[in-house]
Amino acid sequence: MKFGIQINEGPYQHQASDTAYQFTKAALENGHKVYRVFFYHDAVNNATRLAVPPQDDRNITKNWQALAKEYNLDMVVCIAAAQRRGLLDENEAKRQGKDASNIAEGFRISGLGQLIEAGIQSDRLVVFGD
Amino acid sequence: MSEEMMDDEEGVIKKFMYVNRKAPYGSIYALESLEVVLIGAAFDQDVSLAFIDDGVYQLMKGQRTSGIGMKDFSPTYRALEMYDVEKLYVDQDSLAARNLTADDLIVPVEVLSSAEMADLMEDQDVVLSF
Repeated sequence: MKFGIQINEGPYQHQASDTAYQFTKAALENGHKVYRVFFYHDAVNNATRLAVPPQDDRNITKNWQALAKEYNLDMVVCIAAAQRRGLLDENEAKRQGKDASNIAEGFRISGLGQLIEAGIQSDRLVVFGD
Repeated sequence: MSEEMMDDEEGVIKKFMYVNRKAPYGSIYALESLEVVLIGAAFDQDVSLAFIDDGVYQLMKGQRTSGIGMKDFSPTYRALEMYDVEKLYVDQDSLAARNLTADDLIVPVEVLSSAEMADLMEDQDVVLSF
């Protein structure tokens, strides 16, 4: 089975990002494919490299990064949602005249078309949200 | 998968349903859902929108948002027709629970019972929930 994953909620604030991560990990470990993970709404904050959760807590961003590295996972952050919430890659930071970027390695910023395309290309699009 | 789906990847048409369950203001779900619908229209898929629970408020006539400092984006629903997004379904029970009828809505819709809505959802390839 080829899955597309959409996440709608912010990390730590809501369980959705954790559940999506566990689901994605379990799917990959069981031989399924994940076409893309798409971070929308506050879920774009999964991709910040500046979050510093307490040491005895899970680090959601690092979890995603490790999974992406192991399985060559495509992790896309919605550009419109990201810009609203102050999540920028280096190019966007330059383009918008901002003094810093904050996207973590392994994530890429792109458009909503990537979500639609994931829906088209995947056997199932699974949405994690409220 | 729907029967309309073709083998040729280029020409795949899937049934996409956007499920709107939240009030238009108070959270960003409705607005960002609409943004996906507008971008998604470029992909020439078989699109329908469902309005359930507080999501029915998204279509209410007479939205005046100046008092809360938000842009009234309800006119965009009227523009959906120009994007060939013409299948709008509203849950009957959700309307009734809020003392609303289809006459209170800014666009023509098809009002469905919960059972009919469930059948319609069952028939979709991709359900994006907001």
